[in-house]
Amino acid sequence: MDLTMLWYLVPSVIMFAAGVYGFCTRKNMIALLISLELMLNSADLNFVVFNRFLFPGSMEGMVFTLFAIAIAAAETAIAISIIINIYREVGNTDINSVKQMRF
Amino acid sequence: MDSVANIILYFVVAICITIFSVMTVTSRKILRAATYLLFVLIGTAIFYFQLGYQFLGAVQIAVYAGGIMVLFVFSILLTRRPDDKAPLLDSHRRTLGVLVSVAGSVLLLLAIFFMPLIDGVSLSECIESGMTIDMKTIGHAFVGTDRFQYLLPFEAISILLLACIIGGVTVARKR
Repeated sequence: MDLTMLWYLVPSVIMFAAGVYGFCTRKNMIALLISLELMLNSADLNFVVFNRFLFPGSMEGMVFTLFAIAIAAAETAIAISIIINIYREVGNTDINSVKQMRF
Repeated sequence: MDSVANIILYFVVAICITIFSVMTVTSRKILRAATYLLFVLIGTAIFYFQLGYQFLGAVQIAVYAGGIMVLFVFSILLTRRPDDKAPLLDSHRRTLGVLVSVAGSVLLLLAIFFMPLIDGVSLSECIESGMTIDMKTIGHAFVGTDRFQYLLPFEAISILLLACIIGGVTVARKR
């Protein structure tokens, strides 16, 4: 039995589908952000798997994933500061309670 | 032919990732959802180690499991009580979510099972035939300006992180 590329892509697809489900159903902003992290993580895993199995002589997928992780960290920090600001103004973090972003 | 230990490790991690990523989006307590997300991120890091990218796995644990999870836990504790439960989903919203995610995953699975690129190369053959990625290679790739070297994106990321720090402080400070 061999570990081929397909074996790593299937958990990644499941992770992505779970992220899409959470993004469609959740109402709390932090839960939305958590679903977003799931989807980002599955995309990162795909980059690395394609790099390893299709182009084992290079490292471009790994470098791209490194940059994606750095950008994801920046994006999460900004999103959480926005969420905390909204909580301070509105009193909860429900997406339906934010009708306009101008306070 | 891959070793039995590798295959067992793969199955344990894959089952953990599957179960915990579903529990992340179905758990009603958000602090638990964040904890399950932490398990998913660590499982992904183990996949990176198994695929031969040790530096990437270390970065995944340090940045995601260390930094971003602390941010999540702090913001959850700042914005709600830890024993708060999310309200039950109304049925049409859940139906929409299940429909979209199942349709999307079926499409993706069809695409990857019929993708012409896939051949039966095993992981151990790929790791043996591939380049060794040590710290020297990564360092040269990040601070060089030749082909397949990434000085400009590296500097752009540093400016992005600086802008992110300033933006975070500006947005979240008390007025």
